Formats: sequence, structure tokens, C-alpha cells
Amino acid sequence: MLKIKNLHASIEDKEILKGINLEINPGEVHAIMGPNGSGKSTLSSVIAGKEEFEQTQGEIIFENTEISEMDPEERAHKGIFLSFQYPVEIPGVSVTNFMKTAINAHRKANGLEDMPANEMLKKIREKSAELEIDRKFLSRSLNAGFSGGEKKRNEIFQMAMLEPKLAILDETDSGLDIDALKIVADGVNKLRSKDNAVLLITHYQRLLNYIVPDVVHVMIDGQIVKSGGKELALELEERGYEWVKAEKV
Amino acid sequence: MNRNEKNNQTFSNKKISAFAEMTKELKMELKEKLVSSFLAFEEEYTGTNDDLHKIRNQAIKDFETIGFPSRKEEDYKYTSLKSVLKEDYSLFPKKENAIEYKDIKKYLIHEIDTYDLVFIDGIYSSHLSSTTHDKIDVCLMSSALNKDLYKPVIDNYFNKIAPKNGLNALNTAFTKEGAFIHIHKNTLADKPIQIINFSTGNESSLLVQPRNLIVVDENSHCQIIERHQSLTEHPVLTNSVTEIFADKRAIVDYYKIQNDKLSASLIDNTYIEQKSESFCSVHTFSLGGKLTRNNLNFYQRGERIDSTMKGITLIEGKQHVDHNTLVHHIEPNCESHQDYKGIFDERSVGVFNGKVVVEKEAQKTNAYQSNNNVLLSDKATINSKPQLEIFADDVKCSHGCTIGQLDEEALFYLQSRGIPKKEASGLLMYAFANNVLESVKIPEIKKRINKLIAHKLGVELGFNL
Repeated sequence: MLKIKNLHASIEDKEILKGINLEINPGEVHAIMGPNGSGKSTLSSVIAGKEEFEQTQGEIIFENTEISEMDPEERAHKGIFLSFQYPVEIPGVSVTNFMKTAINAHRKANGLEDMPANEMLKKIREKSAELEIDRKFLSRSLNAGFSGGEKKRNEIFQMAMLEPKLAILDETDSGLDIDALKIVADGVNKLRSKDNAVLLITHYQRLLNYIVPDVVHVMIDGQIVKSGGKELALELEERGYEWVKAEKV
Repeated sequence: MNRNEKNNQTFSNKKISAFAEMTKELKMELKEKLVSSFLAFEEEYTGTNDDLHKIRNQAIKDFETIGFPSRKEEDYKYTSLKSVLKEDYSLFPKKENAIEYKDIKKYLIHEIDTYDLVFIDGIYSSHLSSTTHDKIDVCLMSSALNKDLYKPVIDNYFNKIAPKNGLNALNTAFTKEGAFIHIHKNTLADKPIQIINFSTGNESSLLVQPRNLIVVDENSHCQIIERHQSLTEHPVLTNSVTEIFADKRAIVDYYKIQNDKLSASLIDNTYIEQKSESFCSVHTFSLGGKLTRNNLNFYQRGERIDSTMKGITLIEGKQHVDHNTLVHHIEPNCESHQDYKGIFDERSVGVFNGKVVVEKEAQKTNAYQSNNNVLLSDKATINSKPQLEIFADDVKCSHGCTIGQLDEEALFYLQSRGIPKKEASGLLMYAFANNVLESVKIPEIKKRINKLIAHKLGVELGFNL
């Protein structure tokens, strides 16, 4: 589904991604772990098309199409979803209205009519209930005054509504207590199928107890230096990143 | 309408037309033209209120001395009136030009029941209006200035708070028509009141000077919607003065919809005096017009008063909007809220001068002022100057001014959800302006402004607001 070849990316002339190679197949869950500053968030932003970063080399092929030249919205229409580490507050636009706008934008891009209002409402109610999101939240301004945990849950709610092919979850677990983490993980797991894939960016092994990865990658200083099964995550937890750095050298 | 009233309302006097011809030939500067035309005007318009004659004579003298404001004055530093003053304005429309309701319906908030005061080229249009004297007076300035019944109100309130300056003096000298609203004690005006000034511009260019007086007695409420609308491509200049008096515990909500043609300019001078425990709000939506200058002063004369001034400016091209506000706190325990948001595209210019004066006795004042602006192009300009003069020591005053571009992170967030960049910008700008709309109490106005904003931003908001 996703093939990244020798991806280099910079911001303001500083190179952050120094040759990333990554392959994700449908049905798989990949996790990327690494110390602060390794470029994990940059990778997720670059895949999603953030214009701040300049892709200087390499290819990003999503479902057999090169997407490096595409705008973020085009990539979203193709089925890429990024759950933000720091979701943005948009006061004045309610969660419901935002969701409607996003869903209909997707449908329009794919040649479909707007979703009928009652169908939309039904879907919103269903998905918010699954994520234990109070109805009251839906009429509040998007992310405005939400706690960290509420923001993250809202991200997964959006994911549930948009049903992406590739979901990139950037540090989704940061700021969540165990209960919130379980709810979020449940939400993600429910959406998993053989046709879609998940890329988890995370600092801590804890999330991976709930969303079990098929492949774990370690990213250090802009490159993926080691890949392995889910046991790799446990090893990192025990030994830290120094060990991998040493091995790399 | 009896014959007297009819004579007072039209200017078919030969003297006036002859005069108009003469001034055109001599290509007089506007100021000279106005001063010279005063005598003929005053002679033609004979009211029974002697005091009014005195006031107007003094006013024209004041105007002659002071003249129009120039850029040399601090208050007009960023707003030059030169280009609007150089037009050859017709001062006295020749006859009433009829308009059909169906042609102007869209400019009224017609979805709800309202009292309407509709003026065409400065002349009252009875067939488009609906006035009342049932518990509240919603009627004409010309009546109020002429009938003995209203003399006490006029004597007590007319021209009592408009500060002495060139534009106010000019308006006072030529006061003839406008809205006269008097809400008697303990009365809730049962419907909002719309004041609309249309210009048909069958002359080449037109100068209109509406004069409004709004008196809201103790414990009464009213809502007012005001709009100026040109129906022509010819230049129109409106110099309007509105004095509002809110007695104890009165509530006045005033909405100004400024979405006129690009050939129309507006100088709006609004002055509000508030007594104890009253609440007054003015929302100004500046979307249209060539040059718009809003002078808005609140004078707090009592305790526990709440004054609120909010605005949304959304302009482009070569449009120019200037908000000049003042809140004067003189007694303790009052509050004021100023929140002006502006979005400027292309070569448009925005000016914000917000002054808050807190006198020594005004302890426990809470005064908040914020002016937030987004510049959408390199060539747009904003001049923002907050001025706080605080002489009391136990107060909470804050002011904030921001000038920026759209938040890139927020744009990316929306795009990553599949919302195209243009729609995403529109959504962010709508969100930016939104909290000013939150305090609008008439839902139909909120809807109308939302639509206008969405339309101006070229965006399908895709949801019902």
C-alpha cells in the first residue's frame, strides 16, 4: 500500500529525513519508535503532505501512485489520515459541522453526492458512542478547551468517520491515562481490516500492548536503523535507544 | 401627510435649484458649497422650534470654523477624506424617487416582523415604512423637530452628546430627517426597528446626512438594525449622526450592517450616553463601501454599566474601513468590552483606534479591548492603535492587538481532513470572526451576516449556521 524509497526531507535547509525506506502492506500495523528529535513526526507530516517540509529526494508511492507532488487534501482524498500529535483548535466550528464538511469534501473528490443529513447524524452518533464521546462534545467548538485526552479521542473519532486506508497516528498515546488509552486503542482496533493499514508513531511501548504491531521500526537521526517484530518494542523498553545507536555505529 | 409636512419634506423651491446651478458652475469646494447653501436651506425649512434655528445657526458657524477633518489631525492620520470630499455632490435631491418594495426587499431583514423607517435620498418613504406610537414612538426626526408634542424630548436630548467637530456640526446644521425613536419607561419594544437609508442617485452624486435620535427610558429595551444602501453607481457620501440615550437599566442592542456598493462612502458618528445599570451593545459589520469611517463613543454616566462594541471588517480591493472608538468610564463598577476583528485582502486598508478613558473615581472598572487582524495579501494594510488612559488604581484593563496571517498549522490540519485549501481558508476566517457573531441576539441577523461573510470569502460553508 505504501512504499517509501530513499526519502529525504528538510525544513529551512536543515535535513531531518535522511533516506527513509519503508513498506506497508494492507492489513498491517507498523510502529515507529525512536528518541526525541529522530524525525518521527516529520515523517508522518511529510507523508501527509505538510508544505513546511521540502522533499529533496526519494519517492512516496501510495497505492501505486506517486503522491509527492500532491496537496494534503488530495492525499486525504486518496485515503491517508493523519492523527495529529497536537490537534489544532478551531474555535467557532463545531465538531459536527467540521465532520460534515470533511466527509462531504471526501465524497465530492470521489465523485459522490453529499451524505444525506440523517445518515450523517446516525453515523456520528454511532461512532461517538463507540468512543464514549459525550453528545455534548459534538456541538462544542473543535478541540477548543478540550483536554489532551479529549483531543486524541476526537482524532480517532474523525478517523472512524473518514475510514481511511492508511491511518498515521502520531504520538496518539501521549497525554492519555490508561482508561483513555484503552478506549482509543479499542477504537483503532475496531477499524482494522485486511484492506487498511496503520502506522503508529510512538515514544513508549505501552500503546503497543493494546494495538499490537506486525512490524516495529526504530528511527534514529532521520533514518530507520532497525526493524523487527513486536518483541523489538519490548527490548527497547528494557534497554533504551542507546543500544540501537551503538549497533548502528 | 398634510400640506405643511409635504412642503417641509421636498425641496422644489426655486431658490434652491437656482442655487444648485450656480454652485455647479463655480465649481466650489464642498465646504464652501455647503456653507453658502445653508441660508437658502434654513429659510426653506421653517420649523416651529426656535431653539432648533439657534442650534443650526451655531452649527454652521462651527462647521465654517472647523471644516472637514484633515490628515494633519491625529484621529484622521490614516484616513484621508480627500477623495470622497472632492466629488461634486448634489446637496438637495430634486424629488422623491419611488422605489418598489420588491426591489429592496433583500436589503431588509424581512424574515421577521419589524418596524421600518425607510428613507430614500434623505426623504421619508411612507409606503415602504411602518411606524408606531403605541407604547413606543418609532417615527420621523422631521416630525419630532416640528411637533410640540416632542419638544420636551428634543430640548432634553437633541445635540446634547455629539461632540463639537466638523462632521457633527455639518450634520447638525443640515438636520432635517432621520429616525426618532422613544421607548417609554418599562417598555420592551415588541419588534426590532430597522432604519434604512437608500440612495437612488438620479442626480450625479449625492450627499445625505441622516440624523437619528434614540431615547430609551428607564428599564426599557429595544433592538435596532441600521443600514445604508446605494442603488446607483454614482458616488454617494453619507454623513450620519446618531445620538442614543439609555436611562437606568435600559437595554439597547444596535446592529449596523455596512455592505454598501463600492461607489458609496459612509461616515457614521454614533454617540451613546448610558445611565446606571444599563446595557448597550453596538455590532458593526463592515463588508462593503469604498470608504467607511465609524466614530463610536460610549459615555458611561452611572454605576454598573455595561458597554459592548464589536465589529467584523472583511474587505478587499481598495476598500478602507476605519473604526474609531471611545469608552469613557467615570464612575465605579462599570465594564466595557471592545472586540474588533478584521480580514484584509488585496490592497485594502484597515484602521483601528480604540480609546478607553478611566477617570480617577472609576474604581473597579473592567475594560477589555481587543483588535485582531488577518492580512491575506502583501499589499493589505492595518493601522491599529489602542489607547488606554487610566487614572484609577483599582481596575482591570486589558488590550490586545494582533496582526497576522492565517495559521499554517490550522490550514494543514483542515487540508489533512480533505478540505481543499480555499475552503479551509474560508473556514478558518469564518471561525476567526465568529465570536463577534456569538453575541448577536437576533438569529436572522446572525444568519444574514454569516451568509454575507461566506459569500465574500467565496466559500460554500456546507452547513447551516
